[in-house]
Amino acid sequence: MMYNVAKINIAMLRKLLIFSVIMFAFGYALVPFYEKFCEVAGINNLLKPDVADKDVKVDTTRLVMIQLDSNVRGLPWQFKALQSNIKIHPGESIEVMYEISNNSDQETSGQAIPSYSPRVLEKYLKKFECFCFTKQVLKPGETRQMPVKFVIDPQIPADITTMTISYTFFSLGAVN
Amino acid sequence: MAVVQDVHGHGHDDHHPTGIMRWVCTTNHKDIGTMYLWFSFAMFLVGGFLAMGIRAELFMPGIQILEPELFNSFTTLHGLIMVFGAIMPAFVGLANWQVPMMIGAPDMAFARMNNWSFWILPVAATLLVSSFFVPGGAAAGGWTFYPPLSTQGGMGVDMMIFAVHLLGASSIMGAINIITTILNMRAPGMTLMKMPLFVWTWLITAYLLVLVMPVLAGTVTMLLTDRNFGTSFFNAAGGGDPVLFQHIFWFFGHPEVYIMILPAFGVVSEIIPTFSRKPLFGYSSMVYATASIAILSCVVWAHHMFTVGMPSVGQLFFMYATMLIAVPTGVKVFNWTATMWRGSMTFEVPMLFSIGFIFLFVIGGFSGVICAIVPIDIQVQETYYVIAHFHYVLVSGALFAIFGAVYYWLPKWCGRMYDEKLGKWHFWLSMFFFNLTFFVQHFLGLAGMPRRVPDYALQFADFNMVSSIGGFGFGLTQLFFLYIVIKCIRSGEKAADKPWEGGTTLEWTLPSPAPYHSFETPPTIK
Repeated sequence: MMYNVAKINIAMLRKLLIFSVIMFAFGYALVPFYEKFCEVAGINNLLKPDVADKDVKVDTTRLVMIQLDSNVRGLPWQFKALQSNIKIHPGESIEVMYEISNNSDQETSGQAIPSYSPRVLEKYLKKFECFCFTKQVLKPGETRQMPVKFVIDPQIPADITTMTISYTFFSLGAVN
Repeated sequence: MAVVQDVHGHGHDDHHPTGIMRWVCTTNHKDIGTMYLWFSFAMFLVGGFLAMGIRAELFMPGIQILEPELFNSFTTLHGLIMVFGAIMPAFVGLANWQVPMMIGAPDMAFARMNNWSFWILPVAATLLVSSFFVPGGAAAGGWTFYPPLSTQGGMGVDMMIFAVHLLGASSIMGAINIITTILNMRAPGMTLMKMPLFVWTWLITAYLLVLVMPVLAGTVTMLLTDRNFGTSFFNAAGGGDPVLFQHIFWFFGHPEVYIMILPAFGVVSEIIPTFSRKPLFGYSSMVYATASIAILSCVVWAHHMFTVGMPSVGQLFFMYATMLIAVPTGVKVFNWTATMWRGSMTFEVPMLFSIGFIFLFVIGGFSGVICAIVPIDIQVQETYYVIAHFHYVLVSGALFAIFGAVYYWLPKWCGRMYDEKLGKWHFWLSMFFFNLTFFVQHFLGLAGMPRRVPDYALQFADFNMVSSIGGFGFGLTQLFFLYIVIKCIRSGEKAADKPWEGGTTLEWTLPSPAPYHSFETPPTIK
């Protein structure tokens, strides 16, 4: 009788341990699941190009100010926008240039992450081309100019007259 | 429940090592339960010391005692130690003592593993406490250790991560042990629906533990590899996402809060019928309510993160799912009340703590429903309102239930009665100081005082002083509790085998103190 109970117990222990291991793996499975979910739901697509809408009309009655900001974290790079701000009409297709240069003697790579102010800007900013869609690799001493092409949706609330588009380059480490 | 107990069968001698080795090597569920309870009390004092530091700093506006960085370490470690070091081990200790005795089993299913799962705990606790003294100090990013704060920080964060690994491993082993014991080792005749409710709640809690503790282990492992091995699960620069951490953490974290409250429901469901001298009202609805709370708890996690910028359809789902939990919880509260209705009630200390539990837990439950409402939550997120809410469910919920359980079963454990008068003092002082500490924090939160900040605007000064005085009082009261327990063990009056006349569960059929080996021949339940 006792022997039987011990055997059943061990079988139960095995099942529960396997279940724990599965749940550990499930934690990791949440990572691709979350990415897929965000992709399908359209959340978090900061690093993907938007589709151009051909019917957008330029709103020539308004002018909005766009401030272009640039930062670097953990990289021996210089990063700046070639013009610090521009005035545009909502709906107008715009191209602005940024410049990065690698001041070190090592080939390094970085990824730019955008950030917008005010927060609702994310909804109205349509980007067709951006250096932030891919990682950037710079050889020692290399300088590169890169464009950002975008349109501000004319639906943007009228009380927003000034907005900021900011990019920060984060280090992806030295390239071996 | 009619019980036939075979009293002979204790003929063999109880030989086991003496001195320290008895405790290091023991595989006896009662010894291990005792160690769990003392360990959790020690951790409760450590966590309490940190709380006193926090309240001392917040006594007045301005920085007096703790530099902001150290203050943040205090709040972080206070949370981690109280959750993983005090509340959870205390319930595992209660389960170790009570589950075998209440189902008529001789011991836990895996006695050696039981010993391991306890002895991991002091190692984890040492890691947590000693992280204060390493360069860079202890983890300071909050007990939820969100990145990017937790991917920065010094060695203290790595020590915290290892401690969480160990605590998780201990909990998983403990949970496997409890599930196996309950499912395979019940006395003949004890069907699942005859089990005491404390056993039921622990069975469901243990399943929750094996469900979510491995996920926490995975999360902290990802954090560890992000910090030390160049992965980018949560590092935005490498393509990771800090919000992902919050999702995985709270997938563990929300069931975790029910892991801390379900056994408390079980304790209260034992105590209330005993002192009302009536069977529990709606036993089977209690079981189903517990199970539905456990299931619902797995699909509400994102209510902790309404402000991360999720789509409103997500906010609505998590809001409604969260509010749904109030239904089975309400069933429980009504059942406890109905159990007391027309019962011949007496108000010994365990009963006082249980009634205090119901009263204050309901307040915490209501503020929980308020926090579940998205627009309100966006207002009170990261304020003292949230602090007040979760201390009402964790201190006057989980902790009060543990106090009640200790008073209720102490006569069985050590064969002596506690001092009823001192116990009543302990209850009323705890009740008074607890409310003094935390009730005013609702107002602070609504007025906008942020949590995790060592300084505050002058307008918050009065309520903070009241709260700090209450906090010091509550802390001192718990030292008084230590005195009551020691006095009971050393010089309490001899307790009868069944000190509470309304007790119906199996442990009261054993002599007091409970013999070292009990139910070696299983009792028969008719």
